[in-house]
Amino acid sequence: MHLHKYEKIWLIFGIGSLILFLVVLGVGAFYKGTHPPSHLATIDPQNVQAHESFMDENLGLRQVGEDQYLVSVIASAFNYNLGTDEDGKAIRTVRIPVDSTVVFQVTTTDVIHGFQLAGTNVNMMVEPGYISSLETTFKKPGTYTLLCNEYCGTGHHIMAATVEVYQP
Amino acid sequence: MSKSSLQMKKKQAPKEEEQPELKGTFIAVMGLGLFILISWFIVYFIFVAR
Amino acid sequence: MITNKTGMNKHDSSLVMAHMWVAFISLFIGGLMGLLQTLVRSGTLTLPFGIGYYQILTVHGVILALVLTTFFIIGFQFALMSKTVGMTDKQRDSAWFGFWIMLFGTVTTAVTILLGKASVLYTFYAPLKAYPTFYIGLALVVVGSWIGCFTNFRQLYVWKKKNKGEKSPLLAFMVVINMLLWFIATLGVAATVLIQFIPWSLGMVDTINVLVSRTLFWYFGHPLVYFWLLPAYMAWYAIIPKIIGGKIFSDSLARLSFVLFLMFSIPVGFHHQLTEPGIDATWKFIQVVLTFMVIIPSLLTAFSMFATFEITGRSKGYTGLFGWLKGLPWKDVRFFAPMVGMLAFIPAGTGGIINASNQMNQVVHNTIWVTGHFHLTVGTTVILTFFGISYWLIPVLTGRRLTKKINTLGMIQTVVWAFGMLIMSGSMHIAGLLGAPRRSSYSTYGGSEQATEWIGYQLAQAIGGSILFIGIILMVYIFLYMIYAAPKGEEEFPISEVSENAEPTPKFLENWKLWIGITVALILFAYTIPFIDIIQHSPPGSPGFDMLIRH
Repeated sequence: MHLHKYEKIWLIFGIGSLILFLVVLGVGAFYKGTHPPSHLATIDPQNVQAHESFMDENLGLRQVGEDQYLVSVIASAFNYNLGTDEDGKAIRTVRIPVDSTVVFQVTTTDVIHGFQLAGTNVNMMVEPGYISSLETTFKKPGTYTLLCNEYCGTGHHIMAATVEVYQP
Repeated sequence: MSKSSLQMKKKQAPKEEEQPELKGTFIAVMGLGLFILISWFIVYFIFVAR
Repeated sequence: MITNKTGMNKHDSSLVMAHMWVAFISLFIGGLMGLLQTLVRSGTLTLPFGIGYYQILTVHGVILALVLTTFFIIGFQFALMSKTVGMTDKQRDSAWFGFWIMLFGTVTTAVTILLGKASVLYTFYAPLKAYPTFYIGLALVVVGSWIGCFTNFRQLYVWKKKNKGEKSPLLAFMVVINMLLWFIATLGVAATVLIQFIPWSLGMVDTINVLVSRTLFWYFGHPLVYFWLLPAYMAWYAIIPKIIGGKIFSDSLARLSFVLFLMFSIPVGFHHQLTEPGIDATWKFIQVVLTFMVIIPSLLTAFSMFATFEITGRSKGYTGLFGWLKGLPWKDVRFFAPMVGMLAFIPAGTGGIINASNQMNQVVHNTIWVTGHFHLTVGTTVILTFFGISYWLIPVLTGRRLTKKINTLGMIQTVVWAFGMLIMSGSMHIAGLLGAPRRSSYSTYGGSEQATEWIGYQLAQAIGGSILFIGIILMVYIFLYMIYAAPKGEEEFPISEVSENAEPTPKFLENWKLWIGITVALILFAYTIPFIDIIQHSPPGSPGFDMLIRH
């Protein structure tokens, strides 16, 4: 098949750009470890609290090392369970110091939910039977809205919480 | 078609004289390519900055 | 069976027209739902009579993305096949049979949604559970469309037998590629609906494997968007050149790009599941690479389109670097509407590349950016091309003429559409980058500061949506006018010839066994190992949740 000279140049440029994108993405994913969230661990969706991470006392924010935090969350229609405070009230805001490493691990007891921290790269699907997990470092202090971004029923749009990143 | 190939003749080697004049097309698609590159890198840098 | 140069056989016309009626009625209903959504979401309207936001969102998605597209495409393709390779009485009977099954399925699904028993959106992700008739209706739409597939295959087969050694007409070749793509893709959604959803919703089994159902859905979900796009490409490659007074730039490049679409649009479904647990990151990346392969035929198409325009403009005596643009019939809506659609594909396609870019998907996944993206692709590029087709196809079918007045009204319709979409889709893209989610009713997210920032963009979406609804009213008026009021006469069925400069089409491009073989091999490569992995490491299944969708 015969190609026009300009078409050849265009295809080389176009395909070259696609290769450039893939190399940038590939280096990021495989070398720097910025794969999109692809955690493979499974869990019984009808008995998530049998799993250590999702026992009542382990929900919400836990410090696991210097500048290292773990946030365990049970999503269900239409709520994120972040544990309770000293008074036994449900926690609605998680406070994390800036520049610390945070791992979010989330599962659901019912349908599919989204787990998105608006304005950050924390964005993953939460599916029954799986533990979704993502590690991040918050570079900017601020108040971020945690919200469900996958339709989960009539109250989907009220499913939200807050993450506050503060300067210690 | 003959008209455009006549124009081509002046600048190009004789074996390419059958190729139609497609300068405008070339610039248009390269502009399109540039648009794709710029847009992609804008979102890429948003990803890196967050 | 092939009649004169302009009109079409009367029986074939009624068949195509029946499909068009369903498509345009769907356009009106779906568009109205879209308008209501943007009004609710901007906080300007509360729905009366206990109608739910997610109920109208389900109607909007099902009726526009699944019903309008499928009926328009199958009807348009029957028109192309009837025109290029002909249609026997038997083939027409089977086409009608497929039509009635699809229509029956559509009505079954629609009634279930309207009764409030299937507010699960058009992606119907398990374990949200709709009433069984929702899934049964969808299955019937797919089965009906398969009858359309096999009718088209048969049409080309019969033509080939009669015209031994000749290459098939370009448009017939393209239709068969699109229907092959559709058939192979719908096997996935048929499998999940028939084997998983229907028994589960009927209570025959207690649980469903969620990740398997999603993987099968997205095996179908991406080729689905190419099933929408390819008929637009058919018009661009093989009809627009005729309308602008030019010729097809290259028959072989057109066929090559369709073959590439067949091969690479299916083994790429994981790029819709990039942020999901349970799928290995390496296999996600492999499918991202394959996704990037499917961009190449669109790069080819971009060049072919501009080249057709430039050669045509120059052949009319216009010179200079961009002087040939003046040689294009900007005042002919049959060209203008698809041309605006093509231009919209520049940001639309770019957005698509960004969406599929592996980890970058975390920036945009399930934000309203995605909604903005597909309102450019299917909602502008594809639909404006379909409108562009309608301006000549409906008159051909009804034996009337496209009048000057309707041509002008069509131009206005196109501008209204482009303007409304610019506002709506533009604000969706920006709000999405800020983090605003898609598929959500009006919410302040507990008075969050970020959500306050989004409201302005949601208002802009309502303004854009209202302008688009005006566009829909205009289009429905034009549709009805072309059927009932336009003067009788003959309208041209524009089919382009190949440029005399183009090289002869090589024989291998019609080696169906080869293309289907490669397609199947690529699918097996991309899916076998990760799919076995998903099944082997399956968690306990999920029971259904139908109470969550009641309002």
